[in-house]
This record gives sequence, structure tokens and C-alpha cells, in this order.
Amino acid sequence: MDILTIAHLTFHEARRRRVVLSGLVFGLAFLLIFGVSMVLINNQLETARPEFIFPQITRAVPGSRQLGLNLVYELFTMAGLYAINFLIVMMSVLTPVDTLSGEIGSGAIQSLVVKPLNRGVVVLGKWLGFWLLCAAYLLLMGGGVLLIMRIVTGYSPENVITGFGIMLLETTALITLSIAGGTRLSTLANGVMCFGLFGLAFIGGWVEQLGALTNIDAAKNVGIVTSLFVPSEALWRLAAYNMQSPIMREVTIGPFSSASIPSNFMVVWSCLYIVVLLGLAVRSFSKRDL
Amino acid sequence: MSNTPAIASSHLRKEYGAKLAVKDLTLEVPQGEVFGFLGPNGAGKSTSMKMLLGLVHPTSGTARMLGKPVGHVATRSAVGFLPEHFRFQDWLTGSEFLDFHARLLGMRVARALRISSLLERVDLTDARDRQLRTYSKGMLQRVGLAMAMLNHPKLIFLDEPTSGLDPLGRLMVRDVITELRGEGTTVFLNSHLLSEVEVTCDRVVFIKQGEVAREVNLREHVDTVTVEVCIGSNGAALLPGLAQFGTDLCIHGENCTLTVAEASVIPRIVAWLVGQGLEIYKVASQRRSLEALFIEVLGTERMG
Repeated sequence: MDILTIAHLTFHEARRRRVVLSGLVFGLAFLLIFGVSMVLINNQLETARPEFIFPQITRAVPGSRQLGLNLVYELFTMAGLYAINFLIVMMSVLTPVDTLSGEIGSGAIQSLVVKPLNRGVVVLGKWLGFWLLCAAYLLLMGGGVLLIMRIVTGYSPENVITGFGIMLLETTALITLSIAGGTRLSTLANGVMCFGLFGLAFIGGWVEQLGALTNIDAAKNVGIVTSLFVPSEALWRLAAYNMQSPIMREVTIGPFSSASIPSNFMVVWSCLYIVVLLGLAVRSFSKRDL
Repeated sequence: MSNTPAIASSHLRKEYGAKLAVKDLTLEVPQGEVFGFLGPNGAGKSTSMKMLLGLVHPTSGTARMLGKPVGHVATRSAVGFLPEHFRFQDWLTGSEFLDFHARLLGMRVARALRISSLLERVDLTDARDRQLRTYSKGMLQRVGLAMAMLNHPKLIFLDEPTSGLDPLGRLMVRDVITELRGEGTTVFLNSHLLSEVEVTCDRVVFIKQGEVAREVNLREHVDTVTVEVCIGSNGAALLPGLAQFGTDLCIHGENCTLTVAEASVIPRIVAWLVGQGLEIYKVASQRRSLEALFIEVLGTERMG
């Protein structure tokens, strides 16, 4: 009950402090540009000669024009989702980054934790509030991209639910990291830590891909180890992999392609990661002086 | 229950690394008392209060609040707290802020009614729909006071409750404390304004480096009284006679002051002076102020 009260307050804060508004405005601006671009690109493709689209395929396989078109659509869908993924990462790290450290710093937290509730409730309530916020944002933005593709081109990627589920897991991991950091670090230090770790995972992911392409196992392992620390990049690649067609999966290098496919174990690991990190956040916040 | 002290702490100690904030705090505050917690800056008052509220974990020692160990969750629904810096969720309006805290206190019924009456009590009815960010310092402190009283607490902690208030606001807080006393609420007051403490508190302790340096019961406080008498220009002759009533005899022009053991000596002084054929224009008595006591206690502490 108290968890819901705090989650509600968190949501209310995001609304009052215009986080929701600016998220919506820029999100809708993004969708608008994406939509307009897709209409323009689609008009061009519809009238283009068959050879224009993946000439290798269309020449080799007669009647494969639609296949070529679908590949282009898929490429744009993945690009759109990749951009959304970045927005979600920012949102997941930035919205909760000062929720604990800021209130600890100002002292506003004091009148909260003397109430008849466990301190853990404050952490979990805030976590839930931000999770709902980011999940709604993911659904709105990701759903927007899919809807635009569907309306303009008629294309839909595969395994959307699995893909979005994994992206939601990525969001959850980053929110948890940001909240856990806030129990001990200042807002600035927490932001630096979260983006630092995200950057580590990002570069680790690329090292892993290049390692896989060049058969350098050590490089591959570096990537795998970093994704154990921060599973964000591995989860994005796994989500993208799940939503791709078998042909696209053969493209082995790119921001949403995988030479080294993250294993499904990453999903289990991330769930564990979130539970343990959240437990540590509760413990750390309960133990500290305010 | 009423025999259970509202607050009982035993040898509370807090170290921050090498820094000692509170040395050894042992206190007992009976229920229904208005208790003043005094001491110079850095004496560990705020840290002590935070330990009693469970905000800061003591290095050693224990404390109980309303008979339950500090940190006992259910007990907190009978406790109110106005923090020193009164910084709150400032994107909320006054009434939203109080409603949110009332929810956390588990108040299910008559919330709106209680909130309206408290807003009226602290004179913020007109500002109830404004966001706290637009409030002045004094308004924030008043809405914080209302927040601390939401649950009709049995025990209320007020940390410098008048630091941001104008004289009228201070008077309001003084009245609120008197009302709380009338309702049987235990008030734990931390304040620098000694004159205020003097009129509101039943008992005070002076603390120094997180230890009780002196305890004074203000209701039974019997202390020396200074008497000032206007004895005219040729009063010098009366001095030896006046000396029998008290000590520290002093003459300043037409006035003479002396310190007596209790106020009941004053009529005897007047009778004696009249007997000497003196015409008396003024006799004034002055109890030694808490301020003088504060300086005396903490001054000797410093020397000690």
C-alpha cells in the first residue's frame, strides 16, 4: 500500500517537474520525423526499379522484389528501435538518478522515513514509479515505431513481444542501477557511474562482436564479462536478434546485428542482477544515516 | 502506558569516523512534558534528535520511544517531526503535501477535514493550492509544523521550529505548543531562542559535546532573584542595613541592586526601607534568565 503511495508520488513528481511533458514532446517529435521519413522513403521505393533494391538478391532470385523491400523495411525498423533504445537508456538512468541522492542531500527524505514504514518501502516505491514511467515510455515510443512501419509499409518484425520484453528488462536493469547508486553516491557521481558502466557495456559489446568476427576469443570474453557487470548492451542485441528475420541475422556486423549472439542465459542473469541489485539498494539505504 | 517515558535513551554515542558527534547521551522525558533541548552549535543536538528518530544509527547505546525500541515501525504512527531545514517535496501544493504525508501515516478517514483544520491553524488556507516552491521560508516552516501534527502525535519533535518565522509566526508556534501540552502531547523542542524555551518548556537540559551538562526544571525552578530599588540621592547611608537581606550589593546613582535568595524577601526589604523613613518610587525584581544560566552552565563547561 505504502509502496503504491510512493510510486504514485514518484509518477506525480515526474509529471509536475515536466519530465513526462518533455519526454512526450521530444518522443513525438522523433516519431513524427521517423513517420515522415518513412512515407518519403516508401514512395521512392514503390516507384524504384527492382534492381534498385538489393540488386544482388533481386537479380539472383526472380520475383524477390518483395523480399528486398522487406529487408529495407526491416533495416529501418531496427534503426528506429535502436534510436528508441538510446532514448530509453537515457530515460532509465536520468529520471531516477537524483531521486534518492537529491532528497538525501536536501533533507526532504527525513520527513518521509520517520513515517511508519520500512525504509525499503521508499526504495521499492520509487523503483516501481520509475519502472512504470519508463515501461510506458518504451511502449509508447517502440509501439510508435512499429505502428508507423505497419501503417506506411505494412511491415511488422518478428517476435515483437519477446523483443520488447527483453528491452523492458534492459530498462529495468538500468533503473535499478541508477536507484542503487543513489543510495550512497551524490547525484553527479551516480550519473557518471551509470553512464560509465553503460559505456563500458557498450564498448564491451563491440569488442565482443569484433572478437567473434575475427575469431579472437579473448576479445569475445572481454565483452561477455562486461555484459555481466552491465547487461544493457547484450540485452539490446538479444532483443534485436529476436525481432530479426533469418536473412537479417546473417548480416553479422552493425549496431543491431550480432556476430556473437548473446545467449538466453543473459535473460536469467539480468533477472538475477536486478533482484540482487535491488536488494542491495534496500539494504544500503536502510543502513545509512540520513 | 502513561508511566512509560515518551523518550528514554541510554548512553547514546555517535562517531563519524574519527569525529565524535555525541559522546554519551542519557535522557528520560516523561509523557506529556514539554522538553527543551539546549546547547551551543555543534553540541550534537541535531545528531541526538536524529538518533532518537531513527534517522541516524548510533555507534553504541540504546533508546526507546513510547516504550518501543527506536526504529519500531508501528510506533512511528504516534510520532511527529518537523526537521530543522524543512525541505520538502516542493513540486507538491500545500494540501497535496499534507495529504501525501497523511496517507503514509495510514490515515484513512477524515483526512481532508484534518488537513483543512491544520492549514487554518498555521494560517495557510489561502496558499493551500500553491506549490511549495512558491512558499516563503516561514510558510514552509508552518506547513512543516502542520505536517508534524497530522496524526495527533503522542510525541512531537520540533527542531528549531521558529528559525524562519516572524514575531507573529513565533507567537503562533508558542500557542501551538501550549495547545499540544493541553492535549497531553510530549514535545521535544530544540531551539536557540531561549526566551521562547523559557515560556514554553517544563524542563530543559543543556547539552555539551553530546552529554547532559545540566538539567533544569523550569516549573519548580527556584533560583536567586535580583532586586533593584530606587533609594534616592542620600541612600548610601542605608547600605549597611540593606546588606542583611542579600548579597552582591551595588549602587548605581540613585539605584541600588542586590541579589536575594527568593522573592519572598522583597516585601521585607520594602517594609524595612519604609521603616527607615524612605519614600520608595520603584522596586523591581528579576529572575535570572535562562540566558544567564546558559552562559553560566556552558561557560563553566568550557573552562572544565
